[in-house]
Amino acid sequence: MLARSVNTMRDEQAELGVIGSRYRWLVAVVLVVMILLGIRFATLQMIDHDLYASRAEDNRIKLQALPPNRGLILDRHGQVLAENLPAYRLVIVPERTEVLTETLDELSALVEVSSSERERFERQRQRSRRFEAVTLKTNLDEEQVSRLAIHRHRLPGVEIEPYLTRHYPHGPELAHVIGYVGRIDQRDLQRLPVERYRGTTHVGKTGIEHQYESVLHGHPGLERVETNAQGRVLRVLERSAPEPGENLSLTIDLSLQQAAVEALGDHAGAVVLLDVASGDVLALVSQPGFDPNLFVHGIRSNTYNALLSDRHRPLFNRFLSGAYEPGSTIKPFLSLAGLETGAVTPNTQVFSGGHFQLPGHSRRYRDWRRGGHGWVDLEAALAESVNVYYYQLAVELGIDQIARELALFGFGRATGLDLPGESDGVLPTRSWKRAVFNEPWFPGETVITGIGQGFVVVTPLQLAHATAALAGRGRTAAPTLVGNTEPVQMVAHGAAHWDAVFDGMAAVVHGDSGTARAIADMLPTQIAGKTGTAQVFGRPNDDQERALLDEDALPEQLRNHALFMGFAPLHEPRIALSVVVEHGGGGASVAAPVAAQVMARALELGY
Amino acid sequence: MAVTTSRIMPWTPAWRLDGLLMILLIVLMSLGLFVLYSAGEQEIGLVWRQAVRLAMGLMVLIVVAHLPPRLLQIWAPWLFVLALILLAATLVFGVGRGAQRWLDLGIVRFQPSEAMKLALPIMLATFLARRPLPPRWADSLLALILIAVPVLLIVTQPDLGTAVLVAASGLILLFLAGLRWRLIGLMALGLTAALPLLWVNLHAYQQNRVLTFLNPERDPLGQGWNIIQSKIAVGSGGLTGKGWQASSQSHLEFLPEPHTDFIFSVLAEEFGFIGVIGVLVLYAAVILRSLYMASRCRDSFGRLLAGSLAMMFFLYAAVNIAMVSGLLPVVGVPLPLVSYGGTSAVTLLAGFGLIMGLYSRRRFMDRL
Repeated sequence: MLARSVNTMRDEQAELGVIGSRYRWLVAVVLVVMILLGIRFATLQMIDHDLYASRAEDNRIKLQALPPNRGLILDRHGQVLAENLPAYRLVIVPERTEVLTETLDELSALVEVSSSERERFERQRQRSRRFEAVTLKTNLDEEQVSRLAIHRHRLPGVEIEPYLTRHYPHGPELAHVIGYVGRIDQRDLQRLPVERYRGTTHVGKTGIEHQYESVLHGHPGLERVETNAQGRVLRVLERSAPEPGENLSLTIDLSLQQAAVEALGDHAGAVVLLDVASGDVLALVSQPGFDPNLFVHGIRSNTYNALLSDRHRPLFNRFLSGAYEPGSTIKPFLSLAGLETGAVTPNTQVFSGGHFQLPGHSRRYRDWRRGGHGWVDLEAALAESVNVYYYQLAVELGIDQIARELALFGFGRATGLDLPGESDGVLPTRSWKRAVFNEPWFPGETVITGIGQGFVVVTPLQLAHATAALAGRGRTAAPTLVGNTEPVQMVAHGAAHWDAVFDGMAAVVHGDSGTARAIADMLPTQIAGKTGTAQVFGRPNDDQERALLDEDALPEQLRNHALFMGFAPLHEPRIALSVVVEHGGGGASVAAPVAAQVMARALELGY
Repeated sequence: MAVTTSRIMPWTPAWRLDGLLMILLIVLMSLGLFVLYSAGEQEIGLVWRQAVRLAMGLMVLIVVAHLPPRLLQIWAPWLFVLALILLAATLVFGVGRGAQRWLDLGIVRFQPSEAMKLALPIMLATFLARRPLPPRWADSLLALILIAVPVLLIVTQPDLGTAVLVAASGLILLFLAGLRWRLIGLMALGLTAALPLLWVNLHAYQQNRVLTFLNPERDPLGQGWNIIQSKIAVGSGGLTGKGWQASSQSHLEFLPEPHTDFIFSVLAEEFGFIGVIGVLVLYAAVILRSLYMASRCRDSFGRLLAGSLAMMFFLYAAVNIAMVSGLLPVVGVPLPLVSYGGTSAVTLLAGFGLIMGLYSRRRFMDRL
């Protein structure tokens, strides 16, 4: 016991020495670690300070776009054609929900969420930042809003958010003019300037909404906000207000537009009414229309397919892209060409015996009246729409001269109306046929050009514009929906030539044998006009057979298109119009009354 | 006699407290409360609760400082076994989110691993001080087993951070005892060889922490978030900091746990590099003073125990500070005496009590 204690005593000195040397090691370790930590903080806080300072600012401050309110679209008297209405949408902050899929299922049961809405939500969610609200469903109705409000307390992360949505109060009546806005898609994203479209969900897709997008859209405002890590805005540091889009006043007169829609009734077709002097488009109808409001919130695919497969093609813009044979509405322009070139004078008499034959050819080109019209001068030829007169005139002029003269009135090229998607129509020439079909021009094709058949096709807008040029004795402005075009002298003719053609066109309506004499009673004043009938493909081509057809007995889709062009008043005309009624049968019986109704209303309104 | 001396001169060794170390500790704790007010969303209640805990901890310190070392040596095996039983009980009855670390004793929730932080060094110091030093191979092996048993129990909870710290305190004690360099080299080799084995036995969340530590951008919104946001807080503080209560990273909730594990990031952001250096110096002073005191204890038991306790405090501080600056993975070690939370503060203050008590019993010659 004692030995051990002595032993311990002796050992202790040595042992304490060992421990002492180990202490020096520990002190060294402590000092080295402390210095290393000091160096680490010096690096973070001094050398890399700028980097981390800016990252802290990025954390703290977010830029929030304040989308501008879209400009309204008004008619020429200030009637609202496109407006912004308050609406509600359902948004979800995915990070705040308990289980996202369960929340989505529950919401689907409450407000009916379509699979495409859910897909879009998923796509958007993947692009969004932490704690950013993602839209699930837009344009909730009142019932849905109240149902959601009741259940919201047990659906964390689900919010009902107010916003402004585009609305077209007149729906189908102006669908082809105004067009519509739709959700910004992948293609739009590539095209649109990112800065200007921050926070914006919709963009003009067609029509005026597309054409004047840059005017209507406005400029977004910006908010610099301080947010916490959950993305909640704590305070606004800086704010620049959005600059709303400009309101756009169209030249359209809503009441005339509605009159034109009403006049067309159930028929498919187009009506274009222009102001002769200014080129202002007063009414612009393509029937049937569609409800543009359907496209604003993302149209359902079955609704869209129904529109696409509709036999009457409601999505097709007839006044802008419809290509129709002008039929006899080409005759006033040919008349002018004949007068100008000296091929005819107003008094030239032509005998119509019921048909026309090219020398050395057996094919007979018929008059519409069996047995013909006898001897006719220019006025009678226009009034009664004598085909033989124009067969002969066309042959005398030749196709290239016809093309040259008609081109002066704007045929064969787009009018430049401020809407996207306008067609050029076709004004054929020899070289055109060679280029397109690689075939020579046949004389018979010139003959039928005389009555507006064959290769020549026009859009209703072109026809109206040419009619305005005619009404203005060669002087009119390019058609415009915002009133920004200047009148130009498109064609120059002697007064006598204009008078002769005007007399003939007046006789169409007011003459005893005029093809449209039936509408004279509907009009408050004298007008000039011309009927026309355009062939529809799929009809018997043989003249004999065709002559035996009873137009009214044909199934609707095989009936001819009915056309009318005209201007009013006869003296010092102010308005010009064109009407196409698809499968309407004869121009005189179907298109002319539509035109008369629209013109009467326009004159009544003081145009 | 001790009683009379203390009545006359409260700061004499008979009072068993060390004036300098007490002042350093109180300065450190006050600074912690000051930062806590800012980091804990200016909630004064939080500061008060922490102040009360620290005051309790100081009382524990004073009581522990007066425990005779002899008593400690006698109690050592019983303390150790009791702590082991509690640890084992935790595995069966424990509560806690994800890991079972707590024992619910009805009134208080108690963390047995905290008790082990003191029980293991006391046990080891007792064991080694009775043997010749430097320890022989057999003694070293026995000591390693004494370390391994509680460490494995803590790992099973699982609480890797605490396990590493407990293991380190034991190993440091062995090192102080003069563990042969050859054995140290062998252990280092063995540890390196065991790393892959350790890796496959880690929980998925622990593996993730390590992977994310190696590359925080691997999961910037999840596991990497803490490290990235903490570095942003520290770095954006710059030289002079953003000022008290002006930490955007913690007030805007980008920084996780700003009042517990990441309170040093708040300090770095608000007081900048100058504040960081100040606190580092303060910690260094506490540790060096403790080490000095430990090296002056009367016998091997005292020098071994006090030294390992001082180094445990150093490890806490260094691991936490290295963690918030992205030098170590996020292991959930609080900043000693500064982070909000009572258990570890009480353990640490008890440790300082032991250091002071042992130091106060140094040889008379050393007191001159």
